[in-house]
Amino acid sequence: MDKILRVDMGAEGGPKTRIEPVGEFAGLGGRAMTTAIVSREVHPLCHPLGAENKLVIAPGSLSGTAASMSGRISVGCKSPLTGGIKESNAGGQAAQVLARLGYAAIVLEGKPEGDDLYKIFINKDGVQVSVDNSLKNLNNYPLVEKLQGQYGERAAFMTIGIAGEMKLLAASIACTDPEKRPTRHCGRGGTGAVMGAKRVKAIILDDAGLKMRPPKDPEKFRDANRRFVEGLRKHPITGEGLPAYGTNVLTNVLNEAGAYPTNNFRTGRFGGAARIAGEVQAELEVKRGGSATHGCHRGCVIQCSGIYHDKDGNYVTKQPEYETVWAHGGNCGIDDLDVIARLDYLDDNFGVDTMDTGAAVGVAMEAGLIPFGDGPGAIRLVEEIGKGTPLGRILGCGAAVTGKVFGVERVPVCKGQAMAAYDPRSVMGIGVTYATSTQGADHTAGYSVGPNILKSGGNLDPLNPEGQVEMSRNLQIATAAVDSTGMCLFIAFPLLDQPDTFQALLDMIGAFHGVPVTGDDVTALGKSILKMERDFNTRAGFSKADDRLPRFFLQEPIPPHNVTFTVKDEDLDNVFNW
Amino acid sequence: MQVTVKLFATFRKGRFDVEVREVPPGTTVSRIVEEAKLPEKEIGIVLVNSRHADLAKALADGDTLAIFPLVGGG
Ligand code: SF4
Repeated sequence: MDKILRVDMGAEGGPKTRIEPVGEFAGLGGRAMTTAIVSREVHPLCHPLGAENKLVIAPGSLSGTAASMSGRISVGCKSPLTGGIKESNAGGQAAQVLARLGYAAIVLEGKPEGDDLYKIFINKDGVQVSVDNSLKNLNNYPLVEKLQGQYGERAAFMTIGIAGEMKLLAASIACTDPEKRPTRHCGRGGTGAVMGAKRVKAIILDDAGLKMRPPKDPEKFRDANRRFVEGLRKHPITGEGLPAYGTNVLTNVLNEAGAYPTNNFRTGRFGGAARIAGEVQAELEVKRGGSATHGCHRGCVIQCSGIYHDKDGNYVTKQPEYETVWAHGGNCGIDDLDVIARLDYLDDNFGVDTMDTGAAVGVAMEAGLIPFGDGPGAIRLVEEIGKGTPLGRILGCGAAVTGKVFGVERVPVCKGQAMAAYDPRSVMGIGVTYATSTQGADHTAGYSVGPNILKSGGNLDPLNPEGQVEMSRNLQIATAAVDSTGMCLFIAFPLLDQPDTFQALLDMIGAFHGVPVTGDDVTALGKSILKMERDFNTRAGFSKADDRLPRFFLQEPIPPHNVTFTVKDEDLDNVFNW
Repeated sequence: MQVTVKLFATFRKGRFDVEVREVPPGTTVSRIVEEAKLPEKEIGIVLVNSRHADLAKALADGDTLAIFPLVGGG
C-alpha cells in the first residue's frame, strides 16, 4: 500500500487519474487515512455535494494481510447529513482487494459536468474510468449482478443504488460480501450521496494475480495472529454469542434492561421484543435453510452474520443486524422478522442506511403518516425511496429531515444523524458518545454499552451520570485507533477483557511493520485522529451546542426506569480535554 | 413467594425460556443459578427488575430475574 490513486472527476475532457506515492500519509490506514486527507484537503465550509468535497476510500492498515478480521474499509468525506467530517466503515471484500492492489487510498475529487454516469475499474494493470449510462437507475442487487457478468467472479464491488444517484442524505455505499451480494454498507452519514454527486456508480476491484501483503517479520506475525485468533475464540462474546446469535442477541438484553428505544424513543420496553430477538432469528434462519453463522469477508473468524430466507426457503437478505432489527422493528413497534428482513433488503438494494431510514420511519409514524406497528405500511414507505417520490426522498434523507418536514419534535438525532438502538437516558454512557462524537450520533464511535449494560470492558451503572464522560472518552480514543487498522470493532470485547489478546494485536501490527508497537502508540494514534476530526468540525462551524442531546432526552423521563439524561453540559464539554 | 426467571442465549439450551417459580422468602440469585445448574463463571449479566444485580442479591415477591451469558454486539 505505497500509493494513492486520485481520480479528478471534474477534469477537462473527462476524468483524469493520477497515481502518487503515499508520501506524508505513509503508514496510515482506514479512519486515520480518510480523516487525515479530508481534514487537510477538504475545505470545511464546502458544500458536501460540491466539487470541493473529496470521497476518500481507504483499507485498514492491516487489510490485505493474513491478519484475521482485517477486512474493514473506511470511507471519508465531509458528510452531507451532519455537515461535519465523516468516516463510515464496512466489511465485505473491498478492503482486502484494494489493499492487495497496493492502494492506501482512492481519492475521488471534483465533479463532472453533465449527467453521464461513470464506473472505475482497478486491477493489477491499472485504472480505467469509463462512462456507462446503462447503469443508471439500477439498484445495488441488479447493478452488481450486471457488473459481475462483465467483470467475473473474482472482483469486489463498491456501488451506490438509486438513493446515491439521487444524492439522498442517508445514502450508503454498498460493498459486496464473499458471495458477491451488496450487503455490507458504509451506511452512515450519506457517503453514497457524495459518490453520487461525483457521478461514480461503481468501483470494481480485481486483485487477480496479486498476493497477500507480506509482513516484515513473517514468523512473529504468524505467531501473533495465532494468539490473536485464540483470544477471539476463547472469549464468550466473540467465540460463542456472536457466531451463534449474531448482533441481534442484544434485543433481549437491552429490552430487559429497559433501555430499548420503542415507538420512536417513547419507552424502554417493547412487548414484541421476544419475537424479533436474536435467539428466535437464528433458529428461524437455520430452519429455513439460511444460516446463522456467516462471515462478511474472508478472514473473519467471529462470523457474526448470517443469511435470512423467507418461509419458502428463498434468499431475502443477509442476517439483519441488531441495529437494523431495532430501527425497523421495536423503534417502529414492528415485531415481525419477515417484515424487518424485507426492509433490510430494500435498504441495501436502494442503498440507504438502515438506521437513519428506520429512525425516519419511526418519526413518520410519530407524525401520523402510518400507525406504530404497521409493517406493510413501513414497507410501502421505504418503497417510496426506490421510486424517488418526494415522500421517498424525504425519508431517504433520514430522521432529522423527516422530522423537520413533518413538524415532529421528538427526533432522535445528534448533529443530524440518527441514534442507534440504545436509549441515552437509560444508557447514559452511550448518550455521551451520541452527543460528543465527531460523527454525529454513532454508537460505534465509543461503545459505552459494553461497560454500562453488557459488563464487558468495565462495569459502570448505566443510570448514573458519574464516570460516563471518562469512559466514553477512552472508548472513543480506542475506537478511532481500531478503525484505522481495518479490524472489525467486535475484537474490542476480547481486547478490553483479555490483556494477552490486546498484546497479540500489538505484536501483530509490530511484526507487520517491523517496528514494535505499544499501547501508548495506539492511544496516541486515536487521539490524533479525534483531534483532526474535532478541528475540522470546528472549522466547519460546530460549537458546544452541537455536542448536546435533543432537549426531550433531558425533559421526558423514559419508562420503566423513569429517568432523564443527567450528564452535565460542562462534563460533555470535557470529553476531548485529555 | 413468586419470582419470574428468564434465561437467554446459550443458557436456554436444555433449560427454559421463562418460568414462574415458587421460592422461599430471602432466596438469592445465586440459589436460582444453582437450581438451574447455570455455570457461574459463564454468567455475564444479571438483571433484577431491569436493574443490574449480583449473585448475592435477595429476591422479593414478584421480582423478575433475567440471566444472560456474556454477550455483545452493536
Ligand atoms: S464479526 Fe461480523 S461484522 Fe465483524 S468482520 Fe466478522 S462478519 Fe463482519
